[in-house]
Amino acid sequence: MQIDYAAVAPELVLTGALCIVLVVDLVLPDNRKGLIMPVSLLGVAGTLLALLALAGDPTRTTLGGMFVVDSFAVTLKILFCVAALLTLAMSYDYLRKEGIHQGEFYFLLLCSLLGMLTIASSRDLLPIFVSLELVSVPAFVLAGLQKIDVKSNEAALKFFLFSILSTAVMLFGMSLIYGITGTTNLAEIAVRLAATPVLRSIAVLSVFFVVVGFGFKISAFPFQWWVPDTYEGSPVPVAAFLSVASKTAGFVGLLQIMFIAFHGLADVWRPFIAAVAILTMTFGNLVALTQRHIVRLLAYSSIGQAGYILLPLAVVNVNGGSVNHEAFAASIAYLLIYAFMEMGAFSVAVAYGREGGYFIDDYAGLGYRAPGLAVVMTVFLFSLAGIPPLAGWAAKLFIFRAVIDGHEYWLAVAMAVNTVIALFYYAKVVRRMFFEPAGDGPLGVKVPLLLQATIAVSTVMVLLVGILPDLAAHLARMSTLV
Amino acid sequence: MRVPGAAYLIVSAILFTTGAVGVLVRRNVLVMFMCIELMLNAVNLSFVTLGRMMHALDGQVAVFFVLVVAAAEVVVGLAIIVAIFRRRASADADQINLLKW
Repeated sequence: MQIDYAAVAPELVLTGALCIVLVVDLVLPDNRKGLIMPVSLLGVAGTLLALLALAGDPTRTTLGGMFVVDSFAVTLKILFCVAALLTLAMSYDYLRKEGIHQGEFYFLLLCSLLGMLTIASSRDLLPIFVSLELVSVPAFVLAGLQKIDVKSNEAALKFFLFSILSTAVMLFGMSLIYGITGTTNLAEIAVRLAATPVLRSIAVLSVFFVVVGFGFKISAFPFQWWVPDTYEGSPVPVAAFLSVASKTAGFVGLLQIMFIAFHGLADVWRPFIAAVAILTMTFGNLVALTQRHIVRLLAYSSIGQAGYILLPLAVVNVNGGSVNHEAFAASIAYLLIYAFMEMGAFSVAVAYGREGGYFIDDYAGLGYRAPGLAVVMTVFLFSLAGIPPLAGWAAKLFIFRAVIDGHEYWLAVAMAVNTVIALFYYAKVVRRMFFEPAGDGPLGVKVPLLLQATIAVSTVMVLLVGILPDLAAHLARMSTLV
Repeated sequence: MRVPGAAYLIVSAILFTTGAVGVLVRRNVLVMFMCIELMLNAVNLSFVTLGRMMHALDGQVAVFFVLVVAAAEVVVGLAIIVAIFRRRASADADQINLLKW
C-alpha cells in the first residue's frame, strides 16, 4: 500500500516532537524541567506549520481510504493545535506553582493532541475508535496528575470509569454495524445501509449505541455526570483542555459518523438527538444557576454549550441538500468560536485562582481590585451568554438560523429560552465583580506573561469574530463534509 | 459439530449485558472495572463471529485494535485505582464522594 507522506506530515511531526519531549524530560535535571515547555511549544508550532502547508490543497486520501485530509480535517486540526498552544501557555506557571511534574504533563498533552489530529482525518470506524482513545487515555492521567490531591484522584477515576464504559457501549454498536454492512468504512456503510432495509431495527439499535458512546465524550445529557467533578478535581488548565479540545474531538467524531454514515437513518435518530440536545442545554443551564465554584460553573456552562452544538443535528435531512450543509457549518462555526471564549474564561480563572481563589464569592469587587482582569472575564462570560457584539452571539445566531432553515421552530424557541436562563448565571458573576464591595481579596493581581498572551489571543479572537462574524461563517461553510 | 454463528452472537450479547448490569450494581471500583472489561470482550467475540460469518478478516483485525487499547486502559486504570487506594485505603465507589453537584 502506498502511503501519502505529505498527508500525514503533521501527525509525523507531532509524533517526532513528543518523542523528543520524552527524551528531553529524561536527561534534564529536576531544576531545569521548565525547558520542556519551549520544546513542546516548538513541536506544536511545527505541526501547525505542516498543517498550514496542507491548507488549500485538493483532498488527499491515503491508508486505504481510512485517512482523508480535506478542508474539514485541516480546519479542525488547526483548531486543535491552537487550543493546545493556548493550554501550554496557560499551564506553564500554574504547573510550577502547584509543583506538578512538567515533563509528564507536556508529553501527555501532546499525545492527546495527536489523537485529536487523527480523529479529524479518520473516515472509518476503527481509526475513529483508536483516535478517540488516544485522546482520552492520556487525559485520564492528566486529570489525576496531582497524585497527592484526593480530589484529583477522584476526578481521574470518575473520568476513567465513565469513559471506558462509554467506549465499550460504542464499540458494541460498531460491531453491530459491521455485522449488518460488512464494512467499517463510513461512506461504504451509508451505501450498504441504504441497500439493506431488512435489518433496519438492528441498524437503529447500533446507531443508538454509537450515539450513547459519543454522548459521554461530548457531555450530553444524561451522560454528563462526570464532567463537573472531573473539571473541578483536575488541574485547571487540564479542565480547560478537556472542555475545549477533548469535547471538540468528540463532536468531530460524532459529526463525521452521523453525517457520512448514518444520515440515511436521520428520520429515526433526529427526534432522539433533538430531545438529548434540549435536555442537555436545559440541565446544564439550570444546574449552573446554583453553582458557587467558578470551574464548576464553567463545567455546567460547557454542558449547556454542548446542547447548542448538538442542536443542528436535529434538523438533518435524509435526502441531503442545503439544510444539511448549513447545519453542519453551524456546528463547526460554534466549535471554532466556543474554543476561544471557553479558553479565555478558564485562563482568567487560572490567573486569579492562585491568589484569589476559585469560588465565585472570591470574585467580589474584582472590578476595583484588578479592573483589567474583570473586564476580560466579562467579555468571555458575555460572549458565552451570547450578547452582541461578541463572538458567542454570532455562534448562537448561526445555530438559530440553521434550526429555522430546517423548519424546527420549537427547537429554536427552546434554544432562545435557554439563552435567557444562561444569561442569569453569567451576569451573576459579572455583578459580583463590579457591583459588590471589594472583599478582602488581593489588591492587583500579577498575571504571568504567558498567561497574558493566552488571555490576549482569546480576547482578540472573541472581539474580532464578534465584529466580523462572516470570518467564522465562511471558514465553517468551507469545512463541511456535506 | 458445527455451532451456528448466531449462538456466538447470543453469548456475546449475554456477556455484554452481564457486564453492563455489573457496572450498575456492584460498588467496588475494581469489580466495576472488571465488568467493563467483560463488556469489551463481548465486543471482541461479536467482531470475530461476524467476521467469520462474512468470511472476512476485518473482524479479527478490529479485535486486535480493541485488545491493544483495552490493555493500555488497564494500565492507566489500575494506576489510578492504586493512587486512590493509597490515599484512602478503600475501593468503594460510594466513599469516593468528595466532588458532587
